[in-house]
Amino acid sequence: MTDTLVAPTGPARPTRRSSGLFRLTPTSGIGLGVALVWFSVLVLLPLAAVVGAAAAGGWGAFWNTLTDAQTFAALRLTVVEAALVTVVNAVIGTVVAWVLVRDKFFGKRILDVVIDIPFALPTIVAGLVLLTLYGPESPVGINIVNTREGIFLALLFVTLPFVVRTVQPVLIELDADVEEAAASLGASRFTTFRRIILPSLVPAITAGSSLGFARAISEFGSLVLISGNTPYQTEVASLKILKFIEGDNQAGAAAVAVLLLLVAIVTIVVLDLVARRVARRG
Amino acid sequence: MADTRQIRARKGPVTYALRFFVIAYLAVLVVWPLWEVTSRTFAPVERGAEGGFSAFLERLQDPTVTYAFSLTATCAFWAVLINTVFGVGISLLITRYNFPGRRILSVLIDLPMSVSPVVVGLALVLAYSSGQGWFGGALESAGIFIIGSTPGMIMATAFVSLPLVIREVVPVLEEIGIDSELAASSLGANGWQIFRRITLPSIKWAVVYGVVLSLARSLGEFGAVKIVSPGAALRGETATILIQNRYTNFEEPTAYAAAFVLVLASVLALVVVSLIRKEDHS
Repeated sequence: MTDTLVAPTGPARPTRRSSGLFRLTPTSGIGLGVALVWFSVLVLLPLAAVVGAAAAGGWGAFWNTLTDAQTFAALRLTVVEAALVTVVNAVIGTVVAWVLVRDKFFGKRILDVVIDIPFALPTIVAGLVLLTLYGPESPVGINIVNTREGIFLALLFVTLPFVVRTVQPVLIELDADVEEAAASLGASRFTTFRRIILPSLVPAITAGSSLGFARAISEFGSLVLISGNTPYQTEVASLKILKFIEGDNQAGAAAVAVLLLLVAIVTIVVLDLVARRVARRG
Repeated sequence: MADTRQIRARKGPVTYALRFFVIAYLAVLVVWPLWEVTSRTFAPVERGAEGGFSAFLERLQDPTVTYAFSLTATCAFWAVLINTVFGVGISLLITRYNFPGRRILSVLIDLPMSVSPVVVGLALVLAYSSGQGWFGGALESAGIFIIGSTPGMIMATAFVSLPLVIREVVPVLEEIGIDSELAASSLGANGWQIFRRITLPSIKWAVVYGVVLSLARSLGEFGAVKIVSPGAALRGETATILIQNRYTNFEEPTAYAAAFVLVLASVLALVVVSLIRKEDHS
């Protein structure tokens, strides 16, 4: 099962092939109009309202919110944790993909399904699931509630599939001839991996890592029960936004939200560029 | 596949070490916690109390729990319905028609998946709440309240699962091309006939796949819904919000029971998805 809940190399894009496309007819024109209105009402206008609310107080107010010691601590913690998780995932995700593609053993198909579970589980359930083993009533005596390790573990859980699912299909498609050629020329397995296999996996690892990073930065549901939400200690950006909303500070919430939105947009652009580069190379 | 057989045949200690590592990692991160949730769902609450399946069912029959699940089902149903119609329509438009902004639209369509759920909730509040929203005042004078009621929760659910159908349908539409559609058109078929007789049969499985993914995502949505919902028992409390409320109120057995139902739903979705993929490939 290399099919996935994560889009393989990021989102599907129509190719730049404008010839052979129909021109808009009156009917399809109306359809496009309706679709655009709904998309604007549901997505674009609300997101614009966030940017508007963040900009309402001017640059100074925006800057003051973000550099407020407590908010800044939350942002720094979020970025550091997300970066750590991304690095760990880039390595372990590649290893998992490698084992799932190249190794062969009893129960491998089950592992393949297990990979998708963190993605299919509702986030709040993911948090609860982790707490049963690593929470206050842990049978193994580990309690991660209100610790940074807990946040790390939750993020590791929810971002598990990203790198695995982007690397796996590339690894399957990889031409074995080149590896055999390298081996026959005396390259060790490690050299073959480093010089032959790894370079062709880099775009997939990059794509998976950026998806995972974006997810980790914006993660909310799985952290609600685990992060104790202590200011300066275990408060992350998304929970900080919630606190702002509950405190009726819409401008503060919007300021942090704009930052998260920016990360989301940058991720999409990076993925688009990676996907196009891969497509160009055929 | 046959190409990698030779490489697979060389099994050294590294192979076994990696295999062991991957199994152990997935066991500790995913399988064991899942097992723990299952066993707690069916465990007796206290010494001498009744555990097992009947106690589990009893917890689910609590009126607040049935309300939560029916509200979740309502939101998911409408969100999936809207997203399916919108998704198929917009997929046809961006793969079949040429219009200005086609490429930008296809990139923007993916944005909802990368936006943090909290930001989604905040965005809807800032656009439509009667107190502070851009359009809240106008809607209020028309007697429409979106935030804090079911329509807002449906919108939040639709927002987060918006691209799932499109992601599945667009690649298939690209792959099948427009030749048979052109042929049908030259033989005098009208737009609807072409869609029903030519296009729909070829995207059938992609649509079903997208619907299953959207459904799974919608049933489990937490963050975005939490912010636009009043979130109190029997008043806007969906299944995921119920899990949070019960867990934090030390009513773990109910939280576990509800969580277990959602775990089952997502595992079921995974199974269905892998069956569809098989069907689709054969």
